Amino acid sequence: MSVFLLRRTLGLVASLIAASLIVFVVMQVLPGDPASIILGTSAQPDTLAAVRHQLGLDLPAWQRYFAWIGGMLTGDLGVSYTYQVPVAGLLGSRLAVSVPLALMAIVLSTAIGIPAGVLAAARRGRAADAATMGAAQIGLAIPNFWLGLLLILLFSVRLAWLPASGFVGWGQGAWPALRTLLLPALALALPEAAILARVTRSAVLETLGEDYVRMARAKGLSGRAALWRHAVPNALIPVVTILGLQLSFLIAGTVIIENVFTLPGLGRLVFQAIAGRDLIVVQDLVVLLAAAVIVVNFAVDLLYAALDPRLAKPA
Amino acid sequence: MKPNLLIGAVLSALMLGVALLSLVWTPYPPTAIDILHKLAAPTAAHPLGTDPFGRDVLSMIMTGAANTLAVAVIAVVIGAGIGVPLGSLAAAREGWIDDVVSRTTDLAFAFPALLTAVMITALAGPGAVNAMIAIGIFNVPVFTRVARGASRAIWQRDFVVAARAIGKRDVAIAVRDVLPNVAAVLLVQVTIQFALAIIADAGLSYVGLGTQPPYPSWGKMLNDAQTFIYRAPLLAIFPGAAITLAVLGLNLLGDGLRDLLDPRLRLSR
Repeated sequence: MSVFLLRRTLGLVASLIAASLIVFVVMQVLPGDPASIILGTSAQPDTLAAVRHQLGLDLPAWQRYFAWIGGMLTGDLGVSYTYQVPVAGLLGSRLAVSVPLALMAIVLSTAIGIPAGVLAAARRGRAADAATMGAAQIGLAIPNFWLGLLLILLFSVRLAWLPASGFVGWGQGAWPALRTLLLPALALALPEAAILARVTRSAVLETLGEDYVRMARAKGLSGRAALWRHAVPNALIPVVTILGLQLSFLIAGTVIIENVFTLPGLGRLVFQAIAGRDLIVVQDLVVLLAAAVIVVNFAVDLLYAALDPRLAKPA
Repeated sequence: MKPNLLIGAVLSALMLGVALLSLVWTPYPPTAIDILHKLAAPTAAHPLGTDPFGRDVLSMIMTGAANTLAVAVIAVVIGAGIGVPLGSLAAAREGWIDDVVSRTTDLAFAFPALLTAVMITALAGPGAVNAMIAIGIFNVPVFTRVARGASRAIWQRDFVVAARAIGKRDVAIAVRDVLPNVAAVLLVQVTIQFALAIIADAGLSYVGLGTQPPYPSWGKMLNDAQTFIYRAPLLAIFPGAAITLAVLGLNLLGDGLRDLLDPRLRLSR
């Protein structure tokens, strides 16, 4: 186990370094000079040079890379070019929207997708199976931002139950804030639930055919008990991996969904930063999101090995 | 013929037909503004109504089909064109080349595709061409992984070992002996990536980074519709339904093809 852990940890560190290098290089290659963004197009050459010096942009690329990474590791993400405030501060309030949104979406998609998949597998070939899988096909095909619009049409325009956009803030208490996040979380969750339902169904069907399930039935366990106590727990192992992958989709999904519902989260910040050419904010955000995905995948790998010890043994 | 395959083939053919038709004929020019008849409900003259500028929604959706199809085709060609040779190389050579290709592929999956596509199109300049490239880049690791995974086992097979033993060159083996054996898997992946590219293109144009006005795109139509969602809710329905039907068709086609081409998977369904 320890060799496995060491190898995976080294891999994690290597991935993080490589990801940061890629983002840094791409940001160097893409057009846009921070100094002229801060000062505007009419700035004098000597003022531009002074600002470049102040930002450390006249240093060689490798020195800027290490300064950036060093800052990242100590919590100093630099100063936004357009807002003139530390990026770390900008992120804090945005994370308070995007993280609960993503978590709500994961909870909703799991709560819908896994039971739906188990139901379809247990009722294989019958009406409930066909209906669930048909719904999943449609769920897979609907883009989440259009689903968001449909939810707005139904719950805000028609029924006037929930707000069409905006975020009230956590200062109003947890319930009003969660209420404003409900429609965007649903829009994110339903397509992911469709994927989960399909994966769960085929995983459960596979375990239902295993000897230990037949054994459980043979020793007199009811079909329901064999399903829930033996088939489902074993089927959930591949499902864990999919859950990890979904986080990556959810992070990307929030970028668009936050724009549909005008939520002040990371997704909106990405767009504002790109529109304002606030390159340091873009660079920080992209590398932090990539790092989040890498760390989650690492955690999923470890969880997977804990659930299935065979994987931790050298092949 | 299985219903999946049939419905998928019909929907995909329908989309292709509409897209091709729009190149030679639409009921109205899709950019023709008719402000006197703006936000009209569906009538015989405008079967899907008109938008806030009085443009014919049906004509816009037809032209939008051609635009999104073009973006998706190029994006898949970029992805498969780079990814398949790379994955085949990794499978053929193993060793350090395989390690480098596999690690790089893993790393690419750490970047949320749509987010990075947003960043690339926004910073390199919005437009259909950059959207194709941005979506295409994220198809590369997918095709690399699929091509590598599928062809690895083939390289161990006796007929490949025999071909190597008689001195056939690796490139020739990869193209003539290995590729035909993995073509089915790749074809299924093409339909999946095609569907994902349509969703990605719609997302990019929804946030204003895809096909630029005055050329209509499904995503931009949905964005415009959101402003008028209380006055003209139908405007938010039609373009989204077009995206969903196109993606549904491709997904069903992919599922159907997989069932048809890989009989082993039929057992688990």
